[in-house]
Amino acid sequence: MTAAQTMFDEQAPSENGPVLRVSDLTVSFPSESGRVQAVRGLNYEVSAGEVLGIVGESGSGKSVSSLAVMGLLPQQARISGSIKFRDRELLGLSDDQLSKIRGKRISMVFQDPLSALTPVYTVGDQIAEALRAHGHSMSKQQAHNRAVELLDLVGIPNAANRAKAFPHEFSGGMRQRAVIAIAIANDPDLIIADEPTTALDVTVQAQVLEVLKTAQEVTGAGIVIITHDLGVVAGFADRLMVMYAGKAVETGQVDEIYAHPRMPYTLGLLGSIPRLDAEERQPLVPIEGQPPSLVDLPPGCPFAPRCPMVVDACREAEPPLSDVDGSEQHRAACIRANELIAEDPDAAEVFEVEAVEEAAIAKVPREQRPIVLSVNELVKHFPLTKGAVFKRRVGTVHAVDGVSFDIRAGETLGLVGESGCGKTTTLMEILGLDTLMGGDIAILGNLTTSLTKQSRREIRRDMQVVFQDPMASLDPRMPIGDVLAEPMQVHGYSKQKIASRIPELLDLVGLRAEHAERYPAEFSGGQRQRIGIARALALEPKLIVLDEPVSALDVSIQAGVINLLDELKAKLELAYLFVAHDLSVVRHIADRVAVMYLGKIVEIGEVDGVFGDAKHPYTQALLSAIPIPDPVAERSRERIILTGDLPSPANPPRGCRFHTRCFTFAALPEDKRQRCLDEEPVLAAHGDDQQAACHFPRARAVL
Amino acid sequence: MTVTIDSDGSGEHANTPGGSASVSPVDAGAPGDLRTSRAKLVVRRFARNRNALIGLVVIVLLYAAAFLSPLFAPWSYTELDYDNFLVSPSGSHWFGTSKVGEDMFALVMRGLQKSLTIGLLVGLISTSLSAIVGATAGYFGGWVDRAMMWLVDLLLVLPSFLILAILSPAFKGKTWLIFVLLLGLFSWMITARIVRGMTFTLREREYVKAARFMGQAPWRIIVKHIVPNMASLLIIDATVNVGAAVIAETGLSYFGFGVQPPDVSLGTLIASGTESAQTFPWLFLFPSMFLVVFVLAVNVVGDGLRDAIDPNSAGGRRKDRRKARKEYQDAKDKARANAPALAGKEAS
Ligand SMILES: Nc1ncnc2c1ncn2[C@@H]1O[C@H](COP(=O)(O)OP(=O)(O)OP(=O)(O)O)[C@@H](O)[C@H]1O
Ligand code: SF4
Ligand code: SF4
Ligand SMILES: [Mg+2]
Repeated sequence: MTAAQTMFDEQAPSENGPVLRVSDLTVSFPSESGRVQAVRGLNYEVSAGEVLGIVGESGSGKSVSSLAVMGLLPQQARISGSIKFRDRELLGLSDDQLSKIRGKRISMVFQDPLSALTPVYTVGDQIAEALRAHGHSMSKQQAHNRAVELLDLVGIPNAANRAKAFPHEFSGGMRQRAVIAIAIANDPDLIIADEPTTALDVTVQAQVLEVLKTAQEVTGAGIVIITHDLGVVAGFADRLMVMYAGKAVETGQVDEIYAHPRMPYTLGLLGSIPRLDAEERQPLVPIEGQPPSLVDLPPGCPFAPRCPMVVDACREAEPPLSDVDGSEQHRAACIRANELIAEDPDAAEVFEVEAVEEAAIAKVPREQRPIVLSVNELVKHFPLTKGAVFKRRVGTVHAVDGVSFDIRAGETLGLVGESGCGKTTTLMEILGLDTLMGGDIAILGNLTTSLTKQSRREIRRDMQVVFQDPMASLDPRMPIGDVLAEPMQVHGYSKQKIASRIPELLDLVGLRAEHAERYPAEFSGGQRQRIGIARALALEPKLIVLDEPVSALDVSIQAGVINLLDELKAKLELAYLFVAHDLSVVRHIADRVAVMYLGKIVEIGEVDGVFGDAKHPYTQALLSAIPIPDPVAERSRERIILTGDLPSPANPPRGCRFHTRCFTFAALPEDKRQRCLDEEPVLAAHGDDQQAACHFPRARAVL
Repeated sequence: MTVTIDSDGSGEHANTPGGSASVSPVDAGAPGDLRTSRAKLVVRRFARNRNALIGLVVIVLLYAAAFLSPLFAPWSYTELDYDNFLVSPSGSHWFGTSKVGEDMFALVMRGLQKSLTIGLLVGLISTSLSAIVGATAGYFGGWVDRAMMWLVDLLLVLPSFLILAILSPAFKGKTWLIFVLLLGLFSWMITARIVRGMTFTLREREYVKAARFMGQAPWRIIVKHIVPNMASLLIIDATVNVGAAVIAETGLSYFGFGVQPPDVSLGTLIASGTESAQTFPWLFLFPSMFLVVFVLAVNVVGDGLRDAIDPNSAGGRRKDRRKARKEYQDAKDKARANAPALAGKEAS
């Protein structure tokens, strides 16, 4: 950090008081159906060195309010109120005046780092440009050197060389770091980060949050971090503002809000997150319905249509933010906040969710249940080719390199790992029922290599799939009824049977029979995913393969889908192969978990074992990267930050594939390290149902 | 604009296992009523579109006029009125007469009989061919694709008019419907290339994968998922082909192929009337007018069909339509530029 100290001034002592003060901000847009009131009277302030988290569902006005601060809203937006930056009113400034402030004293980090970087300039040049553009009298060379220092500060290895790279040569995490480097280049007083980690893998998310913390320490800036994930801000933010329908509905210190939410919406949001540290399975809290349309909001509390505690009085006038718990810091906008204070109920009680009963089959010991899927030493390599006309083979991508696991009836196996580690390839090989490059797959006792026409058909009936993107997995030109009918038609169900089964299926996933006539575009993301699940259930399968089924959904919607999967599993005794990158979801839903790294399984076993006492350093790092929605626990956690990105599967490291990023390895004495470099570790048993592939497994507390 | 259904009430089902008692077959009652399949929905949506219905009625009326008017019109198209050469429209010659004294009304109606069928059939045949060949090549890839694209390129390179001219003696005297078939056979290739390209992207979509993983047969996937998702393009293509075929047929008549005198088509009438469009406008105006009305009606029906198939269209938005047309034109230009060895074709 010595470099950093010379680069950034101490905070000028005269400038205390809030950096940013937003009062009574309203923003509206014209639309075909009337004016969209995207922000309706927002007040907040941020002091130097303080981190304010803004949380809310999609469309709650989080982004619009911060774009207003940056002066980046489109022309047709109508803005009123006041935005004071260091006592200077920003509203009404010309674009010229604003751009002097923007990028120098206020900077912004967006969700998609690629759009913030210009593809045709090197990363180093872009940082140098940011420095020179804001009137630093600096030579080109000085600017370049400083750019390298900044890249180094944000944790880009080998910064001098990497500064010469173009944005597309960076991975997502490195791009986001470069954007942060640009954001702090001019020692800003305020950094606004809009979903800075949403597009990233958990391990990378942990790295980027760490970089943001560093950035804040060295610049002493105030930070506004916008997110829909309450886990992300728990350990990072000092204060929190929960937004709903363009207004703040609860504000306060993070600790207070997480421990004692005083607005049913916040309570629901907190209850909807599956927790990595949950001891026993608690049902998640789904918040049913959608946020209201922001055109012509009816009077009263905007959350009323979705609120489990709604009473008639709620619909009369919109409750103002008022102090609760006798603290001026903690304010909530709910007329029944006092009852929440008196009873302090948990979310499951308020939202009346019940735990799902365990299926009968789950009580049968594992060994006695039949195997529905067994994968043995599965291999899949892709040729890496170059050239457009004459394709030359220049290498091999080792997407899946010897993967074995099995799933028994009524059981859920979670398959986790960073993106690019081979999860989806494994699924596609299982679903393809084609010849394999290596290894074998047996589904319900049939080897996929020796299938008769009859058994192939049976497998197509007994094994179904649910995809990640609920929009892409439904044919946009097909009404839902036809979507659900298709598998049944393929498998020769009679017309009457199909017609009676469709309403049954819709009912099973919580939709109405008359929805059968509508097209996919008329449904929300969560509802579409329910339709995808209904289609998978149509043929009464025994095994369902799910590829990231909830990662495209908002947290509160995700909770509903997870609960549904849980309930269906118990009711229909299904087995799931559940691919996810979110370990908290896996912990919630899976019985066993397999952790993949670069085409291999590095640890596999029963969830409580693996999550409670991970043996492989990679599993430990993954677990440690997952934020826990509990500020107190989060602050006391020691986070393992993996260095670097996933190595290219075209050229996996020799010996143990994880050694390039392994912290255990890094701490080993020289003589022991050699073993990791030379010898590929194999899965070895640790306890009843837990295996890990590491030469030097050691226990480590990560939660 | 998408409408989102609010899901209130859905929570009850989701959270009470067992409570969501399945609909018993008895309740399901008349099963046919419970579900409206895509075909029915499309028909219903089409029927709700007034413009499209008007277009359809216009086409039917044109057919009716073409085939029924000879029953009551004063002149037949083979009769010559030696007293009246090149007279302008009047009570006995509604559309005037030609330079040899033929009644223009009778000629136009006779021409309409041929041209309506030529246009509609060629449009249907060539667009179906491009959809089938393009989607099959794109879906299967590999050698199927290579073989089909070889055929496409071959047909593109061969000057089709020359082939028709060479073939024409063989078909002399046969029904002119064979000619319709041939015209269709020579106008589908560029679109097939576009369709193939689109199929490459569509076949990677998750809903296509989902269909494959449930055991759906490839040709059904093509019919149910791939073709409907290209419907906009195909319908625009078909409507463009209808108009083009009517005109193209004229060119073929020069080769002694197609509709031969004394028989007439709108194409031949327009071609011969063009020279005297300034001096004797009725020779040109009436056949052209009918062509325009016909093509417009086809376009309106096409738009209606597109709106009926595409669930996102609110119907009748002119901007969307223009955009779709432009995209179609761009795709076609691009495919033409990419197709190898087309120089010969352009020259012909
Ligand atoms: N340029 C615009 N024109 C019209 N309406 C807009 C515009 N930008 C945003 N809106 C509307 O303003 C509302 C708030 O949007 P905003 O982007 O702030 O949501 P958000 O909370 O950031 O959601 P997300 O989590 O999806 O990023 C939405 O209803 C949105 O449709
Ligand atoms: S005011 Fe009423 S509707 Fe709004 S959150 Fe409170 S209890 Fe629910
Ligand atoms: S084998 Fe070595 S490098 Fe691999 S995970 Fe274990 S300690 Fe790390
Ligand atoms: Mg946003």
